[in-house]
Amino acid sequence: MELVRRAKRGDDSAFEELVRRYDRNVFRIAQHITQNREDAEDVVQDAFLKAYGNLAQFQEQSKFYTWLVRIAVNEALMRLRRRRPERTVSLDEDVKTEDDSLPREVADWSPNPEQMYNQSELRDILTRTIQGLPPGFRTVFVLRDVEGLSTEETAQALELSIPAVKSRLLRARLQLRERLSRFFQKRANGGGEKSSGDGDQ
Amino acid sequence: MKCTEFLNELTNYLDGVIDAETKSELEDHLAWCHNCYVVCDTTRKTIEIYRNQELYELPDDLRGRLQAAIMSKCTAHKKSGPQKL
Repeated sequence: MELVRRAKRGDDSAFEELVRRYDRNVFRIAQHITQNREDAEDVVQDAFLKAYGNLAQFQEQSKFYTWLVRIAVNEALMRLRRRRPERTVSLDEDVKTEDDSLPREVADWSPNPEQMYNQSELRDILTRTIQGLPPGFRTVFVLRDVEGLSTEETAQALELSIPAVKSRLLRARLQLRERLSRFFQKRANGGGEKSSGDGDQ
Repeated sequence: MKCTEFLNELTNYLDGVIDAETKSELEDHLAWCHNCYVVCDTTRKTIEIYRNQELYELPDDLRGRLQAAIMSKCTAHKKSGPQKL
């Protein structure tokens, strides 16, 4: 918090340190939401600029990082909406509630997927799979499970209730597991051939 | 405990935010229900694999350019006086 106080008093080197501390996280979150690298670069710049311009309004009741994530998520969703005007993009979108997360694939993954695939194959599968999730689920999963924010911090950053975060997180995890199972079981069962597009359904 | 009840508690169980009694009920269920055991295990692996792989790392050269652009815009903003960004 000391860095934030110094930055608020006009110390730009303190703000620069905050940029260095959090830019990787903001970039990851932005690219997960927008699914576009140029947009993610713009989000990083705009989120930090907005934070800089509004530092005086930051009340220090929440962590600086949570406040920054909230700004970045809003910027990222705005860009996603701009790029996909034909689709509703909202964290509150009403995704199917019945059975969309019930497990169907229940064979174990063995051996471990990290041993079955080389690094770039695995990253490709993971990227395509997470891109197939609705933005509201993807964002909650990334903040909670990838970036390690607590449920409360995620709720604060996304302006959602705690039960809403928990419900989205459960469904996001189950849907990702289900989609990944299609890849990881196939290979384990000796299929070898990797299907494409599973992540886009 | 039914499988649907197990699933409803899965996130709390994996996050370790659950009372001892519910935890013991869930573990009793896991001991005999193979499907729920697999779902629980592969969900845990799903979380671990995304956490370990760190998709979308920011390359050093791009990072340097972004940091320079951010700080130069901040300086320009300061010089031009407080405006809404």
